[in-house]
Amino acid sequence: MAITTLRRIIKGGFLNFKRNGLVSWAAVLVVTITLSVITLIIFLQAVLHFSLTQIKDKVDVTIYFTTDAPEDKIMLLKTSLEQLPEVAQVSYTSREDALKIFRDRHSNDYPTIQALDEIGDNPLGAYLNVKAKEVSQYENIANFMKSDNTLVLGSSSIIDKVNYHQNKLVIDRLNTIISSAQKLGFLITLLLVIISIIITFNTIRLTIFISKEEIGVMRLVGASKMHVRGPFMIEGAIYGIIATIITILLFLPVTAWLGRNMTDFLGINMYDYYISNFFQIFIMLFLSGVALGIVSSFLAVRKYLNK
Amino acid sequence: MIYFNNVSKIYKDAVALEDVTFTVEAGEFVSIVGHSGAGKTTLTKMILAEENPSEGTVFFESLDVNKIKNKDLTKLRRRIGVVFQDYKLLSNKTAYENIAFAMEAVGKTEEEIASDVPHVLELVDLGHRISHFPNQMSGGEQQRLAIARAIINQPELIIADEPTGNLDPVNTHEIVQILKKINDFGTTVILTTHNRGVIESVDKRVITMENGKITRDTKHNK
Repeated sequence: MAITTLRRIIKGGFLNFKRNGLVSWAAVLVVTITLSVITLIIFLQAVLHFSLTQIKDKVDVTIYFTTDAPEDKIMLLKTSLEQLPEVAQVSYTSREDALKIFRDRHSNDYPTIQALDEIGDNPLGAYLNVKAKEVSQYENIANFMKSDNTLVLGSSSIIDKVNYHQNKLVIDRLNTIISSAQKLGFLITLLLVIISIIITFNTIRLTIFISKEEIGVMRLVGASKMHVRGPFMIEGAIYGIIATIITILLFLPVTAWLGRNMTDFLGINMYDYYISNFFQIFIMLFLSGVALGIVSSFLAVRKYLNK
Repeated sequence: MIYFNNVSKIYKDAVALEDVTFTVEAGEFVSIVGHSGAGKTTLTKMILAEENPSEGTVFFESLDVNKIKNKDLTKLRRRIGVVFQDYKLLSNKTAYENIAFAMEAVGKTEEEIASDVPHVLELVDLGHRISHFPNQMSGGEQQRLAIARAIINQPELIIADEPTGNLDPVNTHEIVQILKKINDFGTTVILTTHNRGVIESVDKRVITMENGKITRDTKHNK
């Protein structure tokens, strides 16, 4: 009995979709636009996220040690730094490596090399390069270094300088930009999604408005509410399913083009991103599309069901 | 079967029904006649619980129609077949599907639907129209389809509200004959009309209404 009812409802939904012809396809088009907006937003977030991580990666704090700082003390400090929860990575560059890097960097700068050779001794100290997990955490790390902390006694005597304060301005500004970019992105996403949902809801309501009289007739004939509502909800689900398929296919050539022509500009290959997240995006669009269709139909029919 | 007790209906200032009392026995064929606005349609809507009386009570057998719950409303309507002046067919369903829908609504099986629908269409002389849509049929054919839908679930009562209002005399005559045939099978029929000719060809009990009141009931020879 229940299975027969369900089968009839599903069949009714498909029949409605087929017989409504152009109206059905108009609804599919609108749902497709909504899903495309969602997909574009996913891509936009990916680009934003990618560029932000890249920028964040370029920020660091370097601790320069005096030339006579003993290596075991530096290593002790490195270990204690690595134990801080804010710290993502600490890399050590010894005096010799520092000299090598300096020479490499200035290999075309003859006077500098000559001056270096003249000194004879290695004038450079070792240094630690600290990367924090979040840009906002550099201040804490810098403060930790300044305080004569209990973890490494006397460490401040071997520290020549910490370049945090030179970087502070840049870091602070970057911090504001990143957090406002994230806030703005979220706000725009929310706004676009709400607008698309309202438009879709209204389109589906219009398609059901055409059947307003019929809903009343069905009730008069003695059909239960679910028997009237079911086929409309199935029809809504069909809009969602077809729109998902169209959207997912549409973005294959779009991302392929973006991947070929815009990878340098966006900093990320959209096609690769799309393919590697294909399944997640598909599920997300599918669920949004079907839910949008079903819920819109449910609400739209309800208005005419309560005679 | 149907009991109207001192029923009044007032829409804001306009009085649609005023102190209406009458009963319909099972198996009767009752014609309600009156001008437009006399209250005929309001009367039929009350039996279907589409309208509630402002005063008085309407009973369908032992069921108080205006106190009915939503769940029982569906059950009530399944016991009544309705035919309207404007047919009220489902325009995106074929003749077959229109009738099948009414059967599905009461939970009939596919086998019952497949065997009953052609039969009832034959009964109203629409056997050749089985897969046509309502807009491909004439007014008389659409009304016959509506009657077929109304009787398919063997209701105890058929309400025909101005069923011939949009039809020419030939089609009107056919519809009246079909309704009489249904009544002969034992179904109670309530027919509203403003057409004296229809009443004469039915030749059964007539209730005359004027301005929301019953002015004449042939059963009581008032």
